[in-house]
Amino acid sequence: MRLRVIRTAAAMTFGAVLAGAAACSAPSDGKGGAGGGTGDSLVVGIAQEPDTLSPLLGYGKDGNSKIFDGLLRHDADMELEPALAAKLPEIGDGGRTYTYTLREGVTFSDGTPFDAEDVVFTYETILDEKTNNPSKGELDALDSVTAKDEDTVVFRLRYPYAPFAERTVLPIASKEAAAGQDVNTGPYNTEPVGTGPYVLTGWSRGEKLTFEANPGYWGGAPEVERLTMAVIKDDDVRATRLRSGDLDAAVLPPALADTFAGDDGRRVIRARTADFRAVTLPTAGPVTGDRAVRRALDTAVDRQAIVDSVLGGAGRAAYGPVPTGSPWFAEGTERRHDPRRAKEILEDAGWKAGEDGVRRRDGRRAAFTLWYPSGDRLRQEHALAYAADAEEIGIDITVESGTWEVIEPRMKDDAVLSGGGSPADPDFDLYPLLHSSLALDGFNNMAAYDNPDVDRALEEARRTNDRAARAEAYAAVQRELAENPGYTFLTHIDHVYVMDDAWQGVTTQVEPHDHGLGAGPWWNVEDWRPKK
Amino acid sequence: MRTALRAGPPWAPLARLAGRRALAAVPVLAAVTLGVFALAAASPFDPVRQYAGSAGLRASQDTLDQLRENLALDGPFTEQWWRWLTSAATGDLGQSVSLRQPVAQVVGERLGWSVLLCALAFAAAVVLGTVLGTAAARRRGGWLDRCVTGGSYVLQAAPPFWLGLLSVWLFALQFGVLPAGGLTDSGEDTVTAASLARHLALPVAVLALSQLPWFALYVRQGVADALHEDPVRGARARGLRERTVLLGHALRSGLLPVLTLVGTRIPELITGALLVETVFSWPGIASATVRAATAADFPLLAAVTVLATAAVLAGNLLADLLYVLADPRIDPEEM
Repeated sequence: MRLRVIRTAAAMTFGAVLAGAAACSAPSDGKGGAGGGTGDSLVVGIAQEPDTLSPLLGYGKDGNSKIFDGLLRHDADMELEPALAAKLPEIGDGGRTYTYTLREGVTFSDGTPFDAEDVVFTYETILDEKTNNPSKGELDALDSVTAKDEDTVVFRLRYPYAPFAERTVLPIASKEAAAGQDVNTGPYNTEPVGTGPYVLTGWSRGEKLTFEANPGYWGGAPEVERLTMAVIKDDDVRATRLRSGDLDAAVLPPALADTFAGDDGRRVIRARTADFRAVTLPTAGPVTGDRAVRRALDTAVDRQAIVDSVLGGAGRAAYGPVPTGSPWFAEGTERRHDPRRAKEILEDAGWKAGEDGVRRRDGRRAAFTLWYPSGDRLRQEHALAYAADAEEIGIDITVESGTWEVIEPRMKDDAVLSGGGSPADPDFDLYPLLHSSLALDGFNNMAAYDNPDVDRALEEARRTNDRAARAEAYAAVQRELAENPGYTFLTHIDHVYVMDDAWQGVTTQVEPHDHGLGAGPWWNVEDWRPKK
Repeated sequence: MRTALRAGPPWAPLARLAGRRALAAVPVLAAVTLGVFALAAASPFDPVRQYAGSAGLRASQDTLDQLRENLALDGPFTEQWWRWLTSAATGDLGQSVSLRQPVAQVVGERLGWSVLLCALAFAAAVVLGTVLGTAAARRRGGWLDRCVTGGSYVLQAAPPFWLGLLSVWLFALQFGVLPAGGLTDSGEDTVTAASLARHLALPVAVLALSQLPWFALYVRQGVADALHEDPVRGARARGLRERTVLLGHALRSGLLPVLTLVGTRIPELITGALLVETVFSWPGIASATVRAATAADFPLLAAVTVLATAAVLAGNLLADLLYVLADPRIDPEEM
């Protein structure tokens, strides 16, 4: 009798649990699936998932956000072209005002019309100090945004800032959908409403994001009707799922991508990038503070060997943040790998060979510590190769790993294997890396590089909109960086992708360091056409 | 003892027992959350760093300082804990910093999936463990007993995440019969019963396997001991069928210690779910816990800890209640 009570109770509990669970939907399934459509679909394996889908918190700030459009966008050659703006902005008041005329007849995916109020709302919310957007510093130049009328928006800057238009690829949020809720944790973070070529249909965190073509897209409905971004952190699992046909495309490390090279019906695509790896050489350090040491290291490092061995050939030697293939690159600033010259530089500066093979000057050993973020294999291998080259010329580098929390307080004195790179404008990398006013400000100018000539050239290049004058200023910066390096730039790494060869119009842009779901061959998936 | 024989279950004393435990749980939960805040404050992870992610690596000090202020991370952990506790008492669980969602929403969306996974795995482990344990106890030293005992020790030694990775490798990569993780297929959006069953199979199996040895071994021991006790021998002497003896007498008496085990296995089940959900990208509450911990996401961490603690306390209470129901000699007033 008692056992029967227990049995009944257990069965009831269990039944209730099942019923309760079945009543749940998949987490954050915004609108529920529309079922497998008849159109073409694409499943992409990506490594990192966005923290939020709200542009107000930084999602898609470099463009290609799928769900949203910016006022402008980049084409395959990284040239600006109008998107939600009808044409490129008019620049006035000596580079202090940018006036955008908006495209007419554009609506958000929920049917509400897009107008100047949405643009003003987006930028003002990002600049609001209560908004937790970690990238808001990119709009540092922006003073105010005003809607002159329904179709005209005027940006007023605090100082003339030539690359400002590059920042306006930032996605425009819908004021109607996003206003009136907590910008930091409100539903707009997971249920975005935009004007873009795709509409989010589901986001299961840590698993995947699913999109459906926006039939009313102002640029024409995309032919890839269903788009899935599967979040798979592990490279091997991603490769396996690609091989099994679960994925149609994926980002992969070069070595794994090469295993697909011979496959019929698949393409291996290498995207060139501005994604650099460099060693910061703090000017406050007793050893790295000596210009001769920095120059010797710059000469002693064998960049091509790192490209060949560490990157498996998928990358290029870097001599500064500006990639060698960029139109902004200063020809002639390439440095030859020359350990003998490096030793001469050290000898001339008074660094004499010691008994243990490490040079000394005034009793100080030529030794310092180089940190890399733990778990980052690529940076680890860069660091070890760099230390090996330094040992050749009698400089002893201890390579250590730690989390950023460990590294941050040591950045002032120790070297760090850092990374970064924004292809859109040289100002985005050069200014925060080199300008003395940003020395050790957050993670800016980690080397505390301080060079008045460089400061002056950087400021000049910001102020003028004359492209030739800007190019000359940046060339001067790059030449000065060769003479007095604050960092040893090592490589620009290629991003490698494998995908089914079933589409026309597949290209790549020059990609930035942070490549979320907007980078990769699918940056313009909305324009793809199936191969017949 | 004999006089305590009752006609029906002692509902009133049971209710009083549950009430006493619920009252005792309040200070326990408060203390546990204080511990969570203390541990999170001592952790080497900086919440602002974790929040800003890679964007933080190019942020200025102003931006980072502003973030710290907005995230209300200033002040000692006791102050943060008090802020959390007072607002939680009014029903506001706060905002999850790492998931950029209200905590209540995170819990609401994910709890069901975790409960489904754990309940299925636990039920499978109890049922399978009872069957295997009883079968093994029938012939101690026989081949089935050796297999069950040996297998149980091996499984007990195997960490769940290792079992998980092994099963992914075997069933998803080698044989390609079951999905490697997630709730639905990559190209699918909606959760259908068939695809849910396929995606549940591996995580439930792994979680059940990690719990199975305890039940199998306990039942085996309990039933084997009972087989040598007087009532069972008496039943045999009276010529009852072996089946009746085994299931009606030995198993019923041998199951008593298992009821206690049900309560004490809940913490292990939660720990197991933590690992299994991570390995299989299961969108449950446990995988959010891992994220909350590494991101030093105080409100979410506190909420999931309260949930886990409450589950453990409830498990213990359930075990005690079942024990009282199953064994008339126990007085609930003394528990």
